[in-house]
Amino acid sequence: MASQSLSVLTGVVLDECTLVTFTELCQCCDVEGEVVAEMVDVGILEPSGRGPGEWRFAADSLRRAATAVRLQRDLGVNLAGAALALELLERIERLEARLRALQRY
Amino acid sequence: MEFKDYYAIMGVARDATQDEIKRAYRKLARKYHPDVSKEKNAEAQFKEVGEAYEVLKDPEKRAAYDRLASGWQPGEEFRPPPDWDAGFEFSGGGVGPEAGSAFSDFFESLFGRGRSGGAGGARGATFRARGQDHHAKVLVDLEDSLHGATRAITLRMPELTPDGHVTTRERTLNVRIPQGVRAGQQIRLAGHGGPGIGKAASGDLYLEVEFRPHPLFRVDGIDLYLELPVAPWEAALGATVQVPTPGGPVDLKIPPGSAQDRKLRLKGRGIPAREPGDLYVVLRIALPRADSERAKAFYRRMQEELNFDPRAGLGR
Repeated sequence: MASQSLSVLTGVVLDECTLVTFTELCQCCDVEGEVVAEMVDVGILEPSGRGPGEWRFAADSLRRAATAVRLQRDLGVNLAGAALALELLERIERLEARLRALQRY
Repeated sequence: MEFKDYYAIMGVARDATQDEIKRAYRKLARKYHPDVSKEKNAEAQFKEVGEAYEVLKDPEKRAAYDRLASGWQPGEEFRPPPDWDAGFEFSGGGVGPEAGSAFSDFFESLFGRGRSGGAGGARGATFRARGQDHHAKVLVDLEDSLHGATRAITLRMPELTPDGHVTTRERTLNVRIPQGVRAGQQIRLAGHGGPGIGKAASGDLYLEVEFRPHPLFRVDGIDLYLELPVAPWEAALGATVQVPTPGGPVDLKIPPGSAQDRKLRLKGRGIPAREPGDLYVVLRIALPRADSERAKAFYRRMQEELNFDPRAGLGR
């Protein structure tokens, strides 16, 4: 561990400009390809490219995908339900950010 | 180790039906799910509920637990009797909660450890599996994103020992916080997740960035907001005042006739990016207090001379 704490690790920021492949996405969310394909079907993920082999996902969508997988696994909702929950959660997040801003000013 | 009352945790009666237990679980899972919940300690509560459900949903485990529970109070020091599970038959192997989350010592002393991940199959020499990806949140200062920084980050990782036990290991990593990183974004550190099995590669470590609240600036995406108090005459007549920005103080011109909440934009002084964010200065008009005779007299003069009706727009 000593060597690890001495050296400085430089990572990659996963922003909307970084792209990940189908395989990487499966690996990152620890799911099978069919699940990712279903997430594309219900609109949780919006890759560029025509088929799974060409799909490229904006890296900031990794977080969405991971959340959808957890919601599905833990709450027994299907992916369409998870998609709805995600959209509502994101809306709440935006509204709360605005609320915080208004409460300060 | 403390005795855990799984019925109390799930808020159901001891004679609850399996359906009632399932309904209670669904409701609590939605309430405490870390992705959804605003409750304090949501994650810990969610795990506790999950553990209670793991036992109560399974008639065999529940029966064994019931027999045991009659002798204990919640919170009481607990040690399982050596033959507590004699006469009960548990079907299947370990329960395997989701990867990386272990149940409590109490649970494990009763039902053993769930074998999770590929560890069970690791004995075969040909078995290989890429290590798990790990995820963690890191709190950084806004300044770290504005200028870039190196931060020591301590993570607690659940780890499987060679004999199959789960322990928590702390490790400290020196991580470069790249300039321009935004709240909610992830930094991927390739190969710093869980170790691979066999000769397979390690997983990756994902750090999700969050900002500590800043005393001056509020962050919205790549833009920053600063609340700037101004005197009524500065807003009315215009002024040039010094304003703090991430890059140091600058002189800001306040246009004459500015109203409360007016937003003035300092272009490109937000979070760095190809298209850097902006700094918005929001004017807050501060009223001088009428706490002396002179000040009161002054306010009276304004009343007489300004012919100002703040409620003109309300109608009569």
